[in-house]
Amino acid sequence: MAFEYELSNPPTENIESKLGPGDLVRRSASSVPPPQRQLEPVAKLIDISKCIGCKACQAACLEWNDLRQPIGYNHGTYDNPLDLTPQSLTVMRYTEWVNPETNNLEWLIRKDGCMHCADPGCLKACPAPGAIVQYSNGIVDFVHENCIGCGYCIKGCPFNIPRISKVDNTAYKCTLCSDRIAVGQGPACAKACPTHAIVFGTKEEMKKHAASRIKDLQDRGYKNAGLYDPPGVGGTHVMYVMRHADMPELYAGLPKNPRISRIVELWKGVTKYAGLAAIGTMTAIGFVHYLVNGANNVTPEEEERAKQLAERQS
Amino acid sequence: MTAYDIEPGDKVHPGDPVIVDRYSTAARINHWITAISLILLALSGLALFHPSLFFLTGLFGGGQATRAIHPWIGVVLFFSFLGLFIRFWRANLWVRTDSVWLSRLRDVLSAHEERLPEVGKYNAGQKVVFWSMSLLIIILIATGFVIWDIYFGQYTTIEQKRVAVLIHSIAAVTIICVWIVHVYAAIWVKGTINAMTRGQVTGGWAWRHHRKWLRELVSGKGSS
Repeated sequence: MAFEYELSNPPTENIESKLGPGDLVRRSASSVPPPQRQLEPVAKLIDISKCIGCKACQAACLEWNDLRQPIGYNHGTYDNPLDLTPQSLTVMRYTEWVNPETNNLEWLIRKDGCMHCADPGCLKACPAPGAIVQYSNGIVDFVHENCIGCGYCIKGCPFNIPRISKVDNTAYKCTLCSDRIAVGQGPACAKACPTHAIVFGTKEEMKKHAASRIKDLQDRGYKNAGLYDPPGVGGTHVMYVMRHADMPELYAGLPKNPRISRIVELWKGVTKYAGLAAIGTMTAIGFVHYLVNGANNVTPEEEERAKQLAERQS
Repeated sequence: MTAYDIEPGDKVHPGDPVIVDRYSTAARINHWITAISLILLALSGLALFHPSLFFLTGLFGGGQATRAIHPWIGVVLFFSFLGLFIRFWRANLWVRTDSVWLSRLRDVLSAHEERLPEVGKYNAGQKVVFWSMSLLIIILIATGFVIWDIYFGQYTTIEQKRVAVLIHSIAAVTIICVWIVHVYAAIWVKGTINAMTRGQVTGGWAWRHHRKWLRELVSGKGSS
Protein backbone atom coordinates (compact mmCIF):
# COMPACT_ATOMS: atom_id res chain seq x y z
CA MET A 1 0.00 0.00 0.00
CA ALA A 2 1.33 3.41 -0.95
CA PHE A 3 2.22 5.75 1.93
CA GLU A 4 -0.77 7.89 2.72
CA TYR A 5 1.09 11.21 2.83
CA GLU A 6 3.42 10.62 -0.12
CA LEU A 7 4.35 13.95 -1.70
CA SER A 8 3.52 14.31 -5.35
CA ASN A 9 6.16 14.90 -7.99
CA PRO A 10 6.42 18.42 -9.41
CA PRO A 11 4.18 19.18 -12.37
CA THR A 12 5.77 19.88 -15.74
CA GLU A 13 3.51 22.79 -16.71
CA ASN A 14 3.70 26.25 -15.18
CA ILE A 15 1.46 26.71 -12.21
CA GLU A 16 0.42 29.80 -10.37
CA SER A 17 1.67 30.53 -6.85
CA LYS A 18 -1.00 29.88 -4.26
CA LEU A 19 0.77 31.92 -1.59
CA GLY A 20 0.71 35.67 -2.05
CA PRO A 21 0.87 38.96 -0.13
CA GLY A 22 -2.88 38.67 0.38
CA ASP A 23 -2.35 35.62 2.56
CA LEU A 24 -0.33 37.38 5.25
CA VAL A 25 -1.76 37.38 8.75
CA ARG A 26 1.20 39.13 10.40
CA ARG A 27 3.93 41.41 9.11
CA SER A 28 6.77 42.58 11.37
CA ALA A 29 6.72 46.21 12.61
CA SER A 30 3.64 46.93 10.50
CA SER A 31 0.10 45.74 9.99
CA VAL A 32 -1.66 43.90 7.21
CA PRO A 33 -5.30 44.00 6.16
CA PRO A 34 -7.18 40.87 7.25
CA PRO A 35 -6.71 38.23 4.54
CA GLN A 36 -9.63 37.58 2.18
CA ARG A 37 -9.25 33.84 2.56
CA GLN A 38 -7.96 31.46 5.21
CA LEU A 39 -5.52 28.88 3.88
CA GLU A 40 -5.57 25.42 5.34
CA PRO A 41 -2.90 25.34 8.11
CA VAL A 42 -0.03 23.10 7.11
CA ALA A 43 2.53 21.25 9.22
CA LYS A 44 5.69 19.25 8.94
CA LEU A 45 5.74 16.24 11.21
CA ILE A 46 9.12 14.86 12.17
CA ASP A 47 8.84 11.36 13.57
CA ILE A 48 12.06 11.02 15.55
CA SER A 49 11.40 7.30 16.13
CA LYS A 50 11.71 6.70 12.40
CA CYS A 51 14.76 8.86 11.75
CA ILE A 52 17.90 6.99 10.74
CA GLY A 53 20.15 10.08 10.80
CA CYS A 54 21.12 9.87 7.13
CA LYS A 55 21.09 13.67 6.66
CA ALA A 56 19.27 13.40 3.35
CA CYS A 57 17.11 16.25 4.67
CA GLN A 58 20.17 18.44 5.24
CA ALA A 59 21.44 17.71 1.74
CA ALA A 60 18.03 18.32 0.19
CA CYS A 61 17.73 21.62 2.06
CA LEU A 62 21.09 22.87 0.76
CA GLU A 63 20.19 21.64 -2.70
CA TRP A 64 16.76 23.21 -2.97
CA ASN A 65 17.77 26.53 -1.40
CA ASP A 66 20.95 26.63 -3.48
CA LEU A 67 23.14 27.06 -0.42
CA ARG A 68 26.66 25.72 0.16
CA GLN A 69 27.88 24.97 3.65
CA PRO A 70 31.65 25.58 3.74
CA ILE A 71 33.61 22.46 4.68
CA GLY A 72 34.17 22.54 8.42
CA TYR A 73 35.81 20.28 10.98
CA ASN A 74 34.98 16.95 12.52
CA HIS A 75 34.21 17.75 16.14
CA GLY A 76 34.08 14.13 17.19
CA THR A 77 30.32 13.87 16.84
CA TYR A 78 27.94 13.13 14.01
CA ASP A 79 26.66 16.71 14.12
CA ASN A 80 27.92 18.39 10.99
CA PRO A 81 27.93 21.32 10.95
CA LEU A 82 27.87 21.62 14.73
CA ASP A 83 25.16 24.27 14.71
CA LEU A 84 22.68 25.94 12.40
CA THR A 85 24.32 28.44 10.05
CA PRO A 86 23.06 30.94 7.46
CA GLN A 87 23.56 28.10 4.93
CA SER A 88 22.47 25.09 6.97
CA LEU A 89 18.87 25.94 7.76
CA THR A 90 18.40 22.50 9.23
CA VAL A 91 20.87 20.38 11.20
CA MET A 92 20.62 16.87 12.62
CA ARG A 93 21.45 16.80 16.32
CA TYR A 94 22.58 13.44 17.69
CA THR A 95 22.22 12.55 21.35
CA GLU A 96 23.36 9.28 22.93
CA TRP A 97 21.26 8.47 25.95
CA VAL A 98 21.17 5.44 28.22
CA ASN A 99 17.58 4.81 29.18
CA PRO A 100 17.72 4.07 32.93
CA GLU A 101 14.58 1.92 32.75
CA THR A 102 15.87 -0.47 30.10
CA ASN A 103 19.62 0.17 30.33
CA ASN A 104 19.54 0.46 26.55
CA LEU A 105 21.60 3.01 24.66
CA GLU A 106 19.21 5.13 22.66
CA TRP A 107 20.34 7.24 19.77
CA LEU A 108 18.08 10.27 19.72
CA ILE A 109 18.35 12.19 16.47
CA ARG A 110 16.49 15.45 16.14
CA LYS A 111 16.25 17.46 12.97
CA ASP A 112 16.63 21.02 14.26
CA GLY A 113 15.33 24.08 12.45
CA CYS A 114 12.60 26.68 12.56
CA MET A 115 9.46 25.43 14.31
CA HIS A 116 7.15 27.95 12.57
CA CYS A 117 5.45 29.02 15.80
CA ALA A 118 1.86 30.19 15.65
CA ASP A 119 3.02 33.02 17.95
CA PRO A 120 6.44 33.79 16.46
CA GLY A 121 8.89 35.50 18.81
CA CYS A 122 11.14 36.51 15.91
CA LEU A 123 8.34 38.45 14.27
CA LYS A 124 7.42 40.10 17.56
CA ALA A 125 10.99 41.28 18.11
CA CYS A 126 11.68 42.42 14.52
CA PRO A 127 11.96 46.22 14.09
CA ALA A 128 12.04 46.23 10.27
CA PRO A 129 8.65 46.50 8.55
CA GLY A 130 7.95 43.40 6.50
CA ALA A 131 11.22 41.60 7.20
CA ILE A 132 9.31 38.74 8.85
CA VAL A 133 5.89 37.63 7.68
CA GLN A 134 3.41 34.97 8.68
CA TYR A 135 0.99 33.40 6.22
CA SER A 136 -2.46 32.17 7.09
CA ASN A 137 -1.29 28.58 6.51
CA GLY A 138 1.16 29.02 9.40
CA ILE A 139 4.43 29.55 7.55
CA VAL A 140 6.76 32.14 9.10
CA ASP A 141 9.10 33.53 6.47
CA PHE A 142 12.01 35.98 6.39
CA VAL A 143 11.97 38.58 3.59
CA HIS A 144 15.62 39.34 2.99
CA GLU A 145 15.26 42.63 1.16
CA ASN A 146 13.55 44.11 4.22
CA CYS A 147 15.92 42.60 6.79
CA ILE A 148 18.38 45.01 8.43
CA GLY A 149 20.52 42.38 10.16
CA CYS A 150 20.00 43.65 13.71
CA GLY A 151 19.65 40.18 15.24
CA TYR A 152 16.51 41.04 17.24
CA CYS A 153 14.85 37.88 15.81
CA ILE A 154 17.54 35.81 17.52
CA LYS A 155 16.57 37.40 20.85
CA GLY A 156 12.88 36.84 20.16
CA CYS A 157 13.14 33.18 19.15
CA PRO A 158 12.46 30.65 21.94
CA PHE A 159 14.32 27.95 19.97
CA ASN A 160 17.56 29.77 19.03
CA ILE A 161 17.08 29.32 15.30
CA PRO A 162 17.85 32.40 13.16
CA ARG A 163 21.42 33.01 12.04
CA ILE A 164 22.81 36.24 10.57
CA SER A 165 24.91 35.92 7.45
CA LYS A 166 28.24 37.72 7.51
CA VAL A 167 27.97 37.97 3.74
CA ASP A 168 24.76 39.93 3.26
CA ASN A 169 24.00 40.77 6.92
CA THR A 170 20.52 39.33 6.86
CA ALA A 171 18.92 36.62 8.96
CA TYR A 172 18.37 33.10 7.66
CA LYS A 173 16.21 30.21 8.78
CA CYS A 174 14.06 27.41 7.40
CA THR A 175 11.31 28.77 5.12
CA LEU A 176 9.34 25.52 5.37
CA CYS A 177 10.00 25.66 1.62
CA SER A 178 7.32 28.31 1.26
CA ASP A 179 8.25 28.57 -2.43
CA ARG A 180 7.54 24.85 -2.94
CA ILE A 181 4.40 24.87 -0.84
CA ALA A 182 3.13 27.85 -2.86
CA VAL A 183 2.98 25.56 -5.89
CA GLY A 184 1.52 22.54 -4.16
CA GLN A 185 4.74 20.75 -3.31
CA GLY A 186 6.01 19.67 0.09
CA PRO A 187 9.26 20.79 1.73
CA ALA A 188 12.47 19.48 0.14
CA CYS A 189 13.50 17.69 3.34
CA ALA A 190 10.20 15.80 3.49
CA LYS A 191 10.51 14.85 -0.16
CA ALA A 192 14.03 13.50 0.39
CA CYS A 193 13.44 11.59 3.62
CA PRO A 194 13.83 7.86 2.80
CA THR A 195 11.96 6.57 5.87
CA HIS A 196 9.00 8.95 5.91
CA ALA A 197 10.27 10.28 9.20
CA ILE A 198 9.51 13.73 7.76
CA VAL A 199 5.92 14.00 6.59
CA PHE A 200 4.10 17.06 5.31
CA GLY A 201 0.40 17.80 5.06
CA THR A 202 -2.32 19.83 6.67
CA LYS A 203 -1.89 20.31 10.40
CA GLU A 204 -5.02 18.25 11.02
CA GLU A 205 -3.71 15.36 8.90
CA MET A 206 -0.34 15.51 10.61
CA LYS A 207 -1.92 15.40 14.06
CA LYS A 208 -3.95 12.37 12.96
CA HIS A 209 -0.88 10.69 11.53
CA ALA A 210 1.05 11.50 14.72
CA ALA A 211 -1.69 9.94 16.82
CA SER A 212 -1.39 6.65 14.94
CA ARG A 213 2.39 6.72 15.27
CA ILE A 214 2.16 7.48 18.99
CA LYS A 215 -0.27 4.62 19.50
CA ASP A 216 2.11 2.29 17.71
CA LEU A 217 5.02 3.44 19.90
CA GLN A 218 2.96 3.11 23.07
CA ASP A 219 1.92 -0.39 22.05
CA ARG A 220 5.59 -1.20 21.75
CA GLY A 221 6.33 -0.09 25.30
CA TYR A 222 7.14 3.60 24.92
CA LYS A 223 4.46 4.70 27.32
CA ASN A 224 5.58 8.35 27.23
CA ALA A 225 5.53 8.60 23.44
CA GLY A 226 3.80 11.76 22.34
CA LEU A 227 3.55 14.78 20.10
CA TYR A 228 5.57 17.98 20.50
CA ASP A 229 3.28 20.86 19.56
CA PRO A 230 4.06 23.30 22.39
CA PRO A 231 1.08 25.45 23.43
CA GLY A 232 3.33 28.14 24.95
CA VAL A 233 3.99 29.48 21.45
CA GLY A 234 0.46 28.77 20.23
CA GLY A 235 1.49 25.43 18.76
CA THR A 236 3.98 24.98 15.96
CA HIS A 237 3.81 24.13 12.29
CA VAL A 238 6.79 21.81 12.66
CA MET A 239 5.98 19.05 15.13
CA TYR A 240 7.89 16.09 16.52
CA VAL A 241 6.77 12.59 17.41
CA MET A 242 8.96 11.52 20.31
CA ARG A 243 9.37 8.32 22.23
CA HIS A 244 10.05 10.40 25.34
CA ALA A 245 7.68 13.31 24.96
CA ASP A 246 7.79 13.78 28.73
CA MET A 247 11.46 14.74 28.44
CA PRO A 248 11.95 16.84 25.28
CA GLU A 249 15.18 18.25 26.76
CA LEU A 250 16.78 14.86 26.04
CA TYR A 251 16.62 15.69 22.36
CA ALA A 252 19.57 18.10 22.25
CA GLY A 253 17.94 20.51 24.67
CA LEU A 254 14.55 21.01 23.06
CA PRO A 255 12.69 23.27 25.53
CA LYS A 256 9.90 21.58 27.46
CA ASN A 257 7.59 24.58 27.54
CA PRO A 258 8.91 27.16 25.09
CA ARG A 259 7.39 30.61 25.08
CA ILE A 260 8.50 34.06 24.07
CA SER A 261 10.85 35.31 26.79
CA ARG A 262 9.17 37.61 29.30
CA ILE A 263 12.07 40.00 28.85
CA VAL A 264 11.29 40.22 25.13
CA GLU A 265 7.59 40.72 25.94
CA LEU A 266 8.53 43.54 28.31
CA TRP A 267 10.87 45.14 25.79
CA LYS A 268 8.45 44.93 22.88
CA GLY A 269 5.40 45.60 25.03
CA VAL A 270 5.18 48.18 27.81
CA THR A 271 8.71 49.59 27.29
CA LYS A 272 7.97 50.52 23.69
CA TYR A 273 4.84 52.49 24.54
CA ALA A 274 5.88 53.85 27.94
CA GLY A 275 9.18 54.98 26.42
CA LEU A 276 7.57 57.10 23.73
CA ALA A 277 5.01 58.37 26.23
CA ALA A 278 7.79 59.45 28.61
CA ILE A 279 9.63 61.34 25.87
CA GLY A 280 6.41 62.99 24.72
CA THR A 281 5.45 63.93 28.29
CA MET A 282 8.83 65.54 28.97
CA THR A 283 8.53 67.60 25.81
CA ALA A 284 4.97 68.64 26.68
CA ILE A 285 6.01 69.67 30.21
CA GLY A 286 8.69 71.86 28.66
CA PHE A 287 6.21 73.60 26.38
CA VAL A 288 3.66 74.13 29.13
CA HIS A 289 6.29 75.42 31.55
CA TYR A 290 7.49 77.96 29.02
CA LEU A 291 3.94 79.07 28.20
CA VAL A 292 3.06 79.51 31.87
CA ASN A 293 6.30 81.01 33.19
CA GLY A 294 7.88 82.68 30.18
CA ALA A 295 11.58 83.03 29.70
CA ASN A 296 13.99 83.32 32.62
CA ASN A 297 15.60 86.66 31.78
CA VAL A 298 18.50 88.49 33.34
CA THR A 299 17.43 91.96 34.56
CA PRO A 300 19.36 95.22 33.96
CA GLU A 301 19.76 95.50 37.74
CA GLU A 302 21.59 92.20 37.78
CA GLU A 303 23.94 93.37 35.06
CA GLU A 304 24.55 96.49 37.17
CA ARG A 305 25.26 94.44 40.32
CA ALA A 306 27.75 92.33 38.38
CA LYS A 307 29.43 95.47 37.11
CA GLN A 308 29.73 96.87 40.63
CA LEU A 309 31.16 93.60 41.88
CA ALA A 310 33.73 93.41 39.08
CA GLU A 311 34.78 97.05 39.57
CA ARG A 312 35.07 96.75 43.34
CA GLN A 313 37.54 93.90 43.02
CA SER A 314 39.61 95.17 40.13
CA MET B 1 43.47 78.35 46.68
CA THR B 2 41.47 77.64 43.58
CA ALA B 3 37.82 76.85 44.21
CA TYR B 4 36.62 73.37 43.18
CA ASP B 5 34.29 74.77 40.57
CA ILE B 6 36.64 77.11 38.73
CA GLU B 7 37.63 75.55 35.43
CA PRO B 8 40.64 76.47 33.30
CA GLY B 9 39.82 79.50 31.17
CA ASP B 10 37.04 80.85 33.42
CA LYS B 11 37.67 84.61 33.56
CA VAL B 12 35.86 87.91 34.22
CA HIS B 13 36.28 90.86 31.88
CA PRO B 14 35.11 94.06 33.63
CA GLY B 15 33.22 96.45 31.36
CA ASP B 16 29.69 97.32 30.39
CA PRO B 17 28.33 94.77 30.43
CA VAL B 18 30.69 92.54 32.33
CA ILE B 19 31.65 89.50 30.20
CA VAL B 20 32.58 86.17 31.74
CA ASP B 21 34.47 83.43 29.88
CA ARG B 22 32.68 80.18 30.72
CA TYR B 23 33.73 77.54 28.17
CA SER B 24 37.01 77.31 26.25
CA THR B 25 36.99 76.65 22.51
CA ALA B 26 38.17 73.07 23.09
CA ALA B 27 35.40 72.45 25.61
CA ARG B 28 32.81 73.80 23.19
CA ILE B 29 34.04 71.66 20.29
CA ASN B 30 34.05 68.69 22.64
CA HIS B 31 30.50 69.51 23.70
CA TRP B 32 29.15 69.84 20.17
CA ILE B 33 30.72 66.58 18.97
CA THR B 34 28.99 64.92 21.92
CA ALA B 35 25.73 66.73 21.18
CA ILE B 36 25.66 65.79 17.51
CA SER B 37 26.51 62.18 18.37
CA LEU B 38 23.76 62.04 20.96
CA ILE B 39 21.16 63.41 18.54
CA LEU B 40 22.20 60.99 15.78
CA LEU B 41 22.12 58.12 18.28
CA ALA B 42 18.67 59.10 19.46
CA LEU B 43 17.33 59.30 15.91
CA SER B 44 18.87 56.02 14.75
CA GLY B 45 18.03 54.28 18.02
CA LEU B 46 14.41 55.43 18.05
CA ALA B 47 14.08 54.22 14.45
CA LEU B 48 14.75 50.68 15.67
CA PHE B 49 12.81 51.16 18.92
CA HIS B 50 9.31 51.79 17.64
CA PRO B 51 7.88 50.78 14.24
CA SER B 52 6.21 54.18 13.84
CA LEU B 53 9.68 55.76 13.83
CA PHE B 54 11.31 53.29 11.44
CA PHE B 55 11.14 55.94 8.71
CA LEU B 56 13.99 57.73 10.51
CA THR B 57 16.32 55.08 9.05
CA GLY B 58 15.95 57.08 5.82
CA LEU B 59 18.20 59.75 7.38
CA PHE B 60 21.01 57.23 7.60
CA GLY B 61 20.62 55.55 4.22
CA GLY B 62 18.21 52.74 5.10
CA GLY B 63 17.71 50.07 7.74
CA GLN B 64 20.93 48.17 7.11
CA ALA B 65 23.02 51.35 7.23
CA THR B 66 21.26 52.55 10.40
CA ARG B 67 21.91 49.21 12.08
CA ALA B 68 25.56 49.33 11.05
CA ILE B 69 26.32 52.95 11.96
CA HIS B 70 24.45 53.34 15.26
CA PRO B 71 27.01 51.48 17.41
CA TRP B 72 29.93 53.34 15.83
CA ILE B 73 28.33 56.68 16.67
CA GLY B 74 27.98 55.27 20.17
CA VAL B 75 31.73 54.72 20.34
CA VAL B 76 32.33 58.31 19.18
CA LEU B 77 29.91 59.57 21.82
CA PHE B 78 31.55 57.53 24.54
CA PHE B 79 35.02 58.95 23.93
CA SER B 80 33.70 62.43 23.29
CA PHE B 81 31.74 62.37 26.53
CA LEU B 82 34.78 60.98 28.30
CA GLY B 83 36.50 64.22 27.30
CA LEU B 84 33.66 66.27 28.80
CA PHE B 85 33.73 64.12 31.91
CA ILE B 86 37.42 64.75 32.47
CA ARG B 87 36.86 68.49 31.99
CA PHE B 88 33.77 68.89 34.13
CA TRP B 89 33.67 66.22 36.84
CA ARG B 90 35.40 68.27 39.55
CA ALA B 91 33.09 71.25 39.19
CA ASN B 92 30.14 68.85 39.33
CA LEU B 93 30.99 67.39 42.72
CA TRP B 94 28.00 67.60 45.01
CA VAL B 95 28.10 70.16 47.79
CA ARG B 96 25.75 70.73 50.72
CA THR B 97 24.00 73.74 49.18
CA ASP B 98 23.10 71.64 46.13
CA SER B 99 20.69 69.66 48.27
CA VAL B 100 19.13 72.89 49.53
CA TRP B 101 18.82 74.15 45.94
CA LEU B 102 17.22 70.91 44.81
CA SER B 103 14.77 70.90 47.73
CA ARG B 104 13.50 74.29 46.49
CA LEU B 105 12.73 73.06 43.00
CA ARG B 106 9.45 75.01 43.06
CA ASP B 107 11.43 78.28 43.37
CA VAL B 108 13.81 77.09 40.66
CA LEU B 109 10.99 76.43 38.22
CA SER B 110 9.24 79.71 39.02
CA ALA B 111 12.52 81.61 38.51
CA HIS B 112 12.76 82.90 42.11
CA GLU B 113 16.54 82.83 42.11
CA GLU B 114 16.59 85.18 45.11
CA ARG B 115 15.16 82.42 47.32
CA LEU B 116 17.92 79.97 46.39
CA PRO B 117 21.41 79.59 47.84
CA GLU B 118 24.19 81.15 45.77
CA VAL B 119 25.35 78.68 43.14
CA GLY B 120 28.87 77.83 41.93
CA LYS B 121 29.72 77.06 38.32
CA TYR B 122 26.99 74.43 38.15
CA ASN B 123 23.67 74.27 39.96
CA ALA B 124 22.23 71.05 41.35
CA GLY B 125 20.08 70.54 38.25
CA GLN B 126 23.09 70.72 35.98
CA LYS B 127 24.95 68.34 38.27
CA VAL B 128 22.07 65.85 38.17
CA VAL B 129 22.11 66.06 34.36
CA PHE B 130 25.89 65.58 34.33
CA TRP B 131 25.94 62.53 36.58
CA SER B 132 22.84 60.99 34.96
CA MET B 133 24.44 61.34 31.54
CA SER B 134 27.69 59.81 32.84
CA LEU B 135 25.95 56.83 34.39
CA LEU B 136 23.56 56.28 31.48
CA ILE B 137 26.33 56.45 28.89
CA ILE B 138 28.27 53.77 30.77
CA ILE B 139 25.15 51.60 30.86
CA LEU B 140 24.42 52.25 27.18
CA ILE B 141 27.92 51.46 25.93
CA ALA B 142 28.16 48.32 28.08
CA THR B 143 24.79 46.93 26.99
CA GLY B 144 25.44 48.18 23.46
CA PHE B 145 28.49 45.98 23.13
CA VAL B 146 26.44 42.96 24.24
CA ILE B 147 23.95 43.53 21.39
CA TRP B 148 26.55 44.56 18.78
CA ASP B 149 26.12 41.13 17.24
CA ILE B 150 28.28 41.60 14.16
CA TYR B 151 31.49 41.82 16.22
CA PHE B 152 30.60 40.67 19.72
CA GLY B 153 27.68 38.29 19.21
CA GLN B 154 29.62 35.19 20.15
CA TYR B 155 30.68 36.38 23.61
CA THR B 156 27.30 36.40 25.31
CA THR B 157 24.29 34.11 25.59
CA ILE B 158 20.95 34.92 24.04
CA GLU B 159 19.44 35.41 27.48
CA GLN B 160 22.15 37.96 28.32
CA LYS B 161 21.45 39.74 25.03
CA ARG B 162 17.74 39.89 25.87
CA VAL B 163 18.46 41.53 29.21
CA ALA B 164 20.97 43.87 27.55
CA VAL B 165 18.58 45.03 24.85
CA LEU B 166 15.87 45.75 27.44
CA ILE B 167 18.25 47.73 29.67
CA HIS B 168 19.67 49.50 26.61
CA SER B 169 16.23 50.67 25.50
CA ILE B 170 15.17 51.83 28.99
CA ALA B 171 18.48 53.66 29.48
CA ALA B 172 18.11 55.25 26.04
CA VAL B 173 14.62 56.54 26.81
CA THR B 174 15.91 57.89 30.12
CA ILE B 175 18.87 59.68 28.55
CA ILE B 176 16.59 61.25 25.94
CA CYS B 177 14.43 62.58 28.79
CA VAL B 178 17.54 63.92 30.55
CA TRP B 179 18.59 65.50 27.28
CA ILE B 180 15.19 67.21 26.98
CA VAL B 181 15.68 68.70 30.47
CA HIS B 182 19.17 69.85 29.45
CA VAL B 183 18.04 71.48 26.21
CA TYR B 184 14.93 73.00 27.76
CA ALA B 185 16.93 74.58 30.59
CA ALA B 186 19.31 76.09 28.05
CA ILE B 187 16.41 77.57 26.09
CA TRP B 188 14.41 78.74 29.10
CA VAL B 189 17.29 80.42 30.93
CA LYS B 190 18.10 83.23 28.52
CA GLY B 191 21.77 83.93 27.92
CA THR B 192 22.78 80.33 28.48
CA ILE B 193 23.21 79.13 24.90
CA ASN B 194 25.84 81.81 24.29
CA ALA B 195 28.01 80.00 26.82
CA MET B 196 28.23 76.98 24.53
CA THR B 197 28.32 78.86 21.22
CA ARG B 198 30.59 81.85 21.91
CA GLY B 199 31.96 80.59 25.21
CA GLN B 200 30.86 83.71 27.09
CA VAL B 201 28.04 84.88 29.33
CA THR B 202 27.22 88.30 30.68
CA GLY B 203 28.07 89.32 34.21
CA GLY B 204 24.37 89.72 34.94
CA TRP B 205 23.73 86.13 33.87
CA ALA B 206 26.50 84.92 36.16
CA TRP B 207 25.21 87.15 38.99
CA ARG B 208 21.67 85.79 38.61
CA HIS B 209 22.43 82.11 38.16
CA HIS B 210 25.96 81.37 39.39
CA ARG B 211 26.75 84.13 41.85
CA LYS B 212 29.17 82.09 43.98
CA TRP B 213 31.17 81.25 40.86
CA LEU B 214 31.22 84.94 39.83
CA ARG B 215 32.36 86.01 43.30
CA GLU B 216 35.13 83.41 43.23
CA LEU B 217 36.27 84.63 39.83
CA VAL B 218 36.35 88.34 40.72
CA SER B 219 38.06 87.65 44.05
CA GLY B 220 40.89 86.03 42.13
CA LYS B 221 40.33 82.43 43.13
CA GLY B 222 40.19 81.60 39.46
CA SER B 223 43.49 83.11 38.47
CA SER B 224 46.23 80.57 38.61
